[in-house]
Amino acid sequence: MSETLTSARVALVGNPNSGKTALFNALTGSRQKVANYAGVTVERKEGMITSAAGRNLYVLDLPGTYSLRARSPDEAVTRDAVLGRLEGETPPDVVICVADATNLRLVLRLAMELKQVGRPMVLALNMYDIAQRQGLRIDLEGLSREIGAPIVTTVATRKRGIEDLVAQVDALAAAGQLVGENTWREPNAAEIRQAHAEAQRLVRTYVRPPEHPDTWTGKIDKVLLHPVGGLAILLGLLFVMFQAVFTWATPAMDGIEAIFGALGQFVGAYVSNDLLRSLISDGIIAGVGSVLVFLPQILVLFFFIILLEDLGYMARAAFLMDRIMGGAGLHGRAFIPLLSSFACAIPGIMSTRVIDSKEDRLTTILVAPLMTCSARIPVYTLIIGAFIPNERVWGFASLQGLVMFGLYASGILSALAISFVIRRVFWRGTVEPFLMELPTYKMPEPKSVLRNLWIRAKIFLNRAGRIILPMMILIWVLSTFPYPPEGATQPAIDYSFAGMIGHAIQPLLAPIGFNWQMSIALVPGMAAREVAVAALGTVYAIGDAENNVGALGTALANHWSLATGLSFLAWYVFAPQCAPTLGVVKRETNSWRWPVIMFVYMVALAYTASFIVYHTAVALGGG
Amino acid sequence: MNDISTRPAAEAPPVEGAIVRLSEASLGDVGTIVDVRAESSPDNHGVNLEELQRRLLEFGFVEGARIEVIHEGAIRRDPIAVRLDDMRVALRRRDAEDVYILLDGAKT
Ligand SMILES: Nc1nc2c(ncn2[C@@H]2O[C@H](COP(=O)(O)OP(=O)(O)O)[C@@H](O)[C@H]2O)c(=O)[nH]1
Ligand SMILES: [Mg+2]
Repeated sequence: MSETLTSARVALVGNPNSGKTALFNALTGSRQKVANYAGVTVERKEGMITSAAGRNLYVLDLPGTYSLRARSPDEAVTRDAVLGRLEGETPPDVVICVADATNLRLVLRLAMELKQVGRPMVLALNMYDIAQRQGLRIDLEGLSREIGAPIVTTVATRKRGIEDLVAQVDALAAAGQLVGENTWREPNAAEIRQAHAEAQRLVRTYVRPPEHPDTWTGKIDKVLLHPVGGLAILLGLLFVMFQAVFTWATPAMDGIEAIFGALGQFVGAYVSNDLLRSLISDGIIAGVGSVLVFLPQILVLFFFIILLEDLGYMARAAFLMDRIMGGAGLHGRAFIPLLSSFACAIPGIMSTRVIDSKEDRLTTILVAPLMTCSARIPVYTLIIGAFIPNERVWGFASLQGLVMFGLYASGILSALAISFVIRRVFWRGTVEPFLMELPTYKMPEPKSVLRNLWIRAKIFLNRAGRIILPMMILIWVLSTFPYPPEGATQPAIDYSFAGMIGHAIQPLLAPIGFNWQMSIALVPGMAAREVAVAALGTVYAIGDAENNVGALGTALANHWSLATGLSFLAWYVFAPQCAPTLGVVKRETNSWRWPVIMFVYMVALAYTASFIVYHTAVALGGG
Repeated sequence: MNDISTRPAAEAPPVEGAIVRLSEASLGDVGTIVDVRAESSPDNHGVNLEELQRRLLEFGFVEGARIEVIHEGAIRRDPIAVRLDDMRVALRRRDAEDVYILLDGAKT
């Protein structure tokens, strides 16, 4: 086969946390592409490397697994990729089985399964530095002979053993067609037991236990997994993370806003055609800016997530939170995505990938937007400032602060309630078993943290460009066309499609106390929640409303009743006023079904809540 | 060989009640797994019992493995973390019903 002479496909397979991604990065450097597999939400990472013999090796980083018997969508991708069943994917010519040298038993069983597939295989004994430090001795020759595959020792984070690995892969690829028959099928319990006994025998025969086994992990866990102390530390950590998301990101966000504002004006000054100018500065530049402005928060958040993941803490957080989240039918791992959603639901939804089971993942995605994201803060601040007196209650607490707290609490409680309902009503009894390895603690490698952060940023920008930007332009079109007639007395938006939609839905919103100005503001407000502030400024003809919140607040206080103001707040706690989130849900679930379900349930919830709030407030004299 | 992966001495016969389900084990219990079945509470796991059994086996919950309960959650002492030979695994008690452990201390 001449093709195998010039290029070969290589797949990295191994247990979670064995260092596949680190090895992938060490192999391919920056020449990698991150995409999704067709039809599933699993990330596909491929990179290219040229061997000494001049062969192009296309390396695929596959999701971690303990067995080819897949238990989650991620693991199914690994199985299908290895077996060559994945649509649009060529089966790998060589498989690299990545093993944590300090924890061989489970991966040896996986290696035996991989051997059954019949493709040439190399066993990479990674984390060999740790093995050596512990004084672990492995008879490489003997082990290699028994499993029938060459063994290479590697230290992925230090790029040690990489050349050797490439050479071995290259040698197997050069042998080309030696692919044997695939005899793999799902093992039954007896076969798993037998394979385990065999792996156990290999370990006993060829591995001498460490002279200085790791004792740190046990000591650290005594503190971090303490039933009370561990939870307290976790909460403290969250507090720091949360603070950092807001404080570290704010200067960068202000900078981005300023740059895009200036850019819009700059371009505006050079484009004489009104329509074109509006499209470029109000549609495209403002649209891109309103998405990019979230990048700093996303980076700070992912910085923490990646750091904790590399440390080995994430599995501990899931352990500590499992029972608490489980009460609401959520998986322990849902905790980080939901936490992320306090910054922005988009990275939160993107990080639900850490959840194995499909139902658990979907439940988490569906409730993530109920967490109070930072884009709601400008809206809350505006309305609270306009309607809630700046008073102290009980001598010490600010009433405005209490209302803010109440809005956050409503979001959290409703998310827990909704996931509880989803679990009880829609996915009864499908709570997956919770079985999770607690990896040993490791010092994160700064370089790999930065690289992963960069990859996250690229993914976000890529999605923002492909999904969010077109939506922004659509919303601009709706808010701009058609033009107001000659001698129009109302703001231009009143005559646009957005205005028409606003007037059309106003009768529906009247029962919850919304006037037509508010109804109109909801349409451009779909771009992102905080856009509603600017939109209200437009309909009430208050220029530069975002920087002139005081004037807008006064206008609202004059035009709205207290009941209307509160109803608007309730609406913003629940309503899906964020097209980008819906877009990302579509992307992550690969179907329009889930964003539609999300939109419908959130609108229903928002309407009900606003209705109750409005009528209660009217009854109490706030009309 | 480190002590955690050696089997208990076979001479001393276990006394009555020395075998517990992992789901009922307490913090600090040390022993050897003697049986991994597929029989309790069929509707409780979201997957069928054979599947649960296979998942347990794949994680190394196999007959002969050394096990120690090293951590318990705050609420109803659930989930638990165990040291299983030389790795650490977290699981919920209700998924651990079919794992039977012969406790070390009970041998007299
Ligand atoms: N000391 C050491 N740490 C490593 C090595 N390879 C990976 N790591 C670390 O092990 C952790 C898990 O690695 P990762 O590549 O994410 O594992 P994956 O889940 O298999 O993709 C990370 O903290 C890595 O920095 C290695 O060879 N030596
Ligand atoms: Mg990985």
